[in-house]
Amino acid sequence: MKHQSIPRVVGKWLIPPILLFALYVQFHGDFGPGGGFQAGVIFAAAVVLYALIFGLQAAKQIVKPRIIETLVALGVLLYAGTGLISLFLGYNFLDYTALDPDSAPHGQHLGIFLVELGVGITVAAVMIAIFFAFAGRRRLR
Amino acid sequence: MTVGLLNDWACMVLMMIGLYTVIARPNLVKKLIGLSIFQVSVFLLYISMGKVSGGTAPILSEGIEVYSNPLPHVLILTAIVVGIATLSLGLALVVRIGEAYDTIEEDEIIERDLVND
Amino acid sequence: MTEIADIVLLILMIVLAVAISRMHNLFMAAMMMGIFSFLSAIIFTLLDAVDVAFTEAAVGAGVSTVLLLGTLSLTTREEKVAPKNNALALLVVLITGSALIYGTLDMPMFGDPNAPVHQHVADRYIEKSGEEMGIPNIVTSVLASYRGYDTLGEVTVIFTAGVGVILLLGYIWRKEDEQ
Repeated sequence: MKHQSIPRVVGKWLIPPILLFALYVQFHGDFGPGGGFQAGVIFAAAVVLYALIFGLQAAKQIVKPRIIETLVALGVLLYAGTGLISLFLGYNFLDYTALDPDSAPHGQHLGIFLVELGVGITVAAVMIAIFFAFAGRRRLR
Repeated sequence: MTVGLLNDWACMVLMMIGLYTVIARPNLVKKLIGLSIFQVSVFLLYISMGKVSGGTAPILSEGIEVYSNPLPHVLILTAIVVGIATLSLGLALVVRIGEAYDTIEEDEIIERDLVND
Repeated sequence: MTEIADIVLLILMIVLAVAISRMHNLFMAAMMMGIFSFLSAIIFTLLDAVDVAFTEAAVGAGVSTVLLLGTLSLTTREEKVAPKNNALALLVVLITGSALIYGTLDMPMFGDPNAPVHQHVADRYIEKSGEEMGIPNIVTSVLASYRGYDTLGEVTVIFTAGVGVILLLGYIWRKEDEQ
């Protein structure tokens, strides 16, 4: 689609709002519908749209596959790490009260924020990695 | 107008269409599509169980007493994303099978396996 | 009104599923799956599951269609027309289906507030999550805190699937990409 002007122009206008919307869904998930799973998928969809319009190589220049591979593991580590922190502070695994023992709702809120961020990072990175793996493969026959 | 069990029945019909596609179609991509139909029908079954008449979406707000059950929503929300991850794993396997056998039709793959033995 | 829309959408979904199952053009089947997912997302909205509808719309109609099309471009677009009649498969499906429908006769009616599913922990989540978590979206608090173990498992599954795809289809970065 590199030489078609309408998808290029529409894509240029649409991709920034999609990325912004993904961030909104990620950080507003506590108050409205949304959360890490949806935000990750929407973020990945924006990258996929970019790759479809401007080509895979251009997308790989912006979203470096090496970084994506790191992020795939980083999200899970952030999630499990939040659990381990509460474990080391003397609470149960994934009991976020540990993060702020003086005020339980505040600690829970912080814990949910960190965990959702981990989910979002992993989901977005996995979806982008899967798309790159499929799109980067050449037909053999 | 009451729905009664109609939702459950529709889910079962969808489930059986998915199952039939998995069993009867020899094409591997078609089998995975059938599996997706099956999956969506299970999601629908869970979500229609969670609905409470007169309830609203489970986001707390002033002046609302009845909420639908949030538990099925949580289970299905994660199941959808896990579903796409496993679907992509299946599709990756299909791509590799297609490269190795030059076909993605189940009966032709079995034929080729028998010839090689 | 909600009930009528619900039933009409379910009928549309069944018709679409039959059409997808009978279709030999895989390209069309992949696009139809996108519409199928969108219809299910509308039903989820009608049934108050806004978070689920959100996910299904983004996943089913967006990412999974792209992945299916990617697979088709690497393999084939046309399904081979199966010559034989699948009477046995139809028989198995009919028996399973009638057993399942017989099983639903014991299920509670749609929207019944006294159904067993609402008697367990859901009430506690709805009453207490506001003060315990300090956030209004009950789905998020159950997902990330009350059932944090589950979600950790699900994220690990997604991680494993991603690693599996990368291993099956080759590394996603090569030396020439870096330059």
